[in-house]
Amino acid sequence: MATHAHTDAVHDDHDHKPHGWRRWVFSTNHKDIGTMYLVFACTMFFVGGTMALIIRAELFEPGLQFVDPQFFNSMTAMHALVMIFGAIMPAWVGLANWLIPMQIGAPDMALPRLNNLSFWILPFAFMLLLGTLFVPGGAPAGGWTMYPPLALQAGDSFPMMIFAIHLMGASSILGAINVVVTVMNMRAPGMNLLKMPLFVWTWLITAYLLVAVMPVLAGAVTMLLTDHYFGTSFFAASGGGDPVMFQHIFWFFGHPEVYIMILPAFGVVSEIIPTFSRKPLFGYESMVYATAAIGFLSFIVWAHHMFTVGMPLAGQLFFMLATMLISVPTGVKIFNWCATMTRGSLTFEPPMLFALAFLFLFTIGGFSGLMLAIVPADFQYQDSYFVVAHFHYVLVPGSLFAIVGAVYYWLPKWVGRMYDQKLAKVHFWLSAIFVNVLFFPQHFLGLAGMPRRIPDYATQFADWNMVSSIGAFGFGFSQLLLPYIIIKCVKSGAPAPARAWDSAHGLEWELPSPAPFHSWETPPSAAVIARGAEH
Amino acid sequence: MSEPREELRRANARLGARLGLMTLGSFAFGFALVPLYDVFCTITGFGNQKALAQASAVVPEVEDDSRTVTVEFVAELPTVGNWVFRPVQGSMQVHPGKLYQADFIAKNLTGHDTVAQAVPSIAPGNVAGYFHKTECFCFTPQKFSKDEERVMPVRFIVDRALPKHLDRITLAYTFYDQSIGTGS
Repeated sequence: MATHAHTDAVHDDHDHKPHGWRRWVFSTNHKDIGTMYLVFACTMFFVGGTMALIIRAELFEPGLQFVDPQFFNSMTAMHALVMIFGAIMPAWVGLANWLIPMQIGAPDMALPRLNNLSFWILPFAFMLLLGTLFVPGGAPAGGWTMYPPLALQAGDSFPMMIFAIHLMGASSILGAINVVVTVMNMRAPGMNLLKMPLFVWTWLITAYLLVAVMPVLAGAVTMLLTDHYFGTSFFAASGGGDPVMFQHIFWFFGHPEVYIMILPAFGVVSEIIPTFSRKPLFGYESMVYATAAIGFLSFIVWAHHMFTVGMPLAGQLFFMLATMLISVPTGVKIFNWCATMTRGSLTFEPPMLFALAFLFLFTIGGFSGLMLAIVPADFQYQDSYFVVAHFHYVLVPGSLFAIVGAVYYWLPKWVGRMYDQKLAKVHFWLSAIFVNVLFFPQHFLGLAGMPRRIPDYATQFADWNMVSSIGAFGFGFSQLLLPYIIIKCVKSGAPAPARAWDSAHGLEWELPSPAPFHSWETPPSAAVIARGAEH
Repeated sequence: MSEPREELRRANARLGARLGLMTLGSFAFGFALVPLYDVFCTITGFGNQKALAQASAVVPEVEDDSRTVTVEFVAELPTVGNWVFRPVQGSMQVHPGKLYQADFIAKNLTGHDTVAQAVPSIAPGNVAGYFHKTECFCFTPQKFSKDEERVMPVRFIVDRALPKHLDRITLAYTFYDQSIGTGS
């Protein structure tokens, strides 16, 4: 096999795929890199999920049963870091890699070697991060937000975490640069910006957000590092610094970051709903402008994460009202999706089921976000399980369901085979039911006053915690169906036609299934673009 | 065929480089937020706690004995066990415009000679501009020999221009031992 690969690689690596490990390690192909991103994200999803189950096992009953409090705190911090930087973000970059060149009529990503680099940084970043579990003092336990001085009071894990974050940030920035260059320079002739599918649009805006804020996070963690080791006092009160300033800088990154995780989901849902409603997307242009508006507003609302640290009344009012303003463009999107479905002939294939669950459950997360935006109410909800319920509703049935929906939507295109739809529907119903069993009771717990990030709780919280933990285990184990369905599809699915869903529009469906190794070596004709861009 | 492809490659590299510059700009902006934060605090007068750590040149003026303001004193330690640090009196009734003195007691229990720095803070945050100190142990690092106990004064004037609705000010000090890094 090795000699075979060798002769192939020497002669034509442009026309044939290289074989063996070289195909992956040296890959510059957008589909192979996309696959690696998605496999990596899936692996990290199960790693982070295991951490979540450790948390929920400990919280199943009051009292300390399984883990000591320090390790429990490590699990909450690591679960967040792994899920955000290891699962959700790489999954979106993987989907961008697979889909953007196919959707805009390009042969590949614009900067293929950079693409290879941005993926291969990630395994090293996560070796560093997960390695902290084995160093003296244990893994980071001060929360993923790394507030000083608590975050500095760690053992050897501290510099490892900082460098892991530098690496993850570098990886996302390189990925984002690649997306912007691809979208700006590689579109087929005739594919103008307002003909692009919404997934491409939402990713373009996401990429700009990434370039704008990931370096700010890099700066903030660098300041933590120099405070700890080089005697600076950016955040050390004893030297005239201000720990609250870290929170401002962190959330200046952190709020755009949460939109980085959700905007591509809006794009995915905007493609799935029209297909299974058999109607063009309602209000395409307003969707584009709403996405841009959300991207802009994300920069001026950061302090709503930290109302209780104290700020002038004028500041509280500004951040409260700006936060509430975000519900306007978000509402535009929700209503557009509803209008798209109105009088459509709907069918409920697995991607559509996930998109519909997204619509309902993300909206619940949006509403609890509005509650949190109200300053006096936030003083009660701050750091309670209500906050946990809020952001898990927008991240799990929000971002994650959109990612799973996207996989079920485009999988036939990627592998040229149809998956077991019946099993995928079982996966959907288990996920949709258990995710609510898991997170809905956390609203009650939070309103009743249960604080987050504490391994023990008063007995008054026992019942809903038990329900929530049952939901967690049900949800966690039902996710094992996803890799099973994918592997089964790759191995023995029935062949899928080029247009796997009869009503799907978009250039990717004009390519044969499975999609050829290089996407559009000759750009699509004007007629093909026009057929693809019917929105 | 190769001509336009080469041109595209160059255009991609150019745009990529421009986005790289944008990244560097964002990184620099992250650091620029540090001075901007101070500027913001100074302009709004909110939390301009740095002024509290400097002597102000205000002289006592005519006292306004029609008005009484309660000043509370809080002493905090970032670590427990190696220092005693507390105010002599918990609070004082003061008239705006008059000079007062309050005392804090500190004792070094670390078992060695060391230097400590008190960092002041005041609540509500926007009274920082109306609280003038002519002398304070927080202006300079304080040397303590092993087991030394000392009374340290702070002399202050509450400005007559203090907004009318305020009748209570809390002055807090956190006492940092400089021989201990932030990381321990």
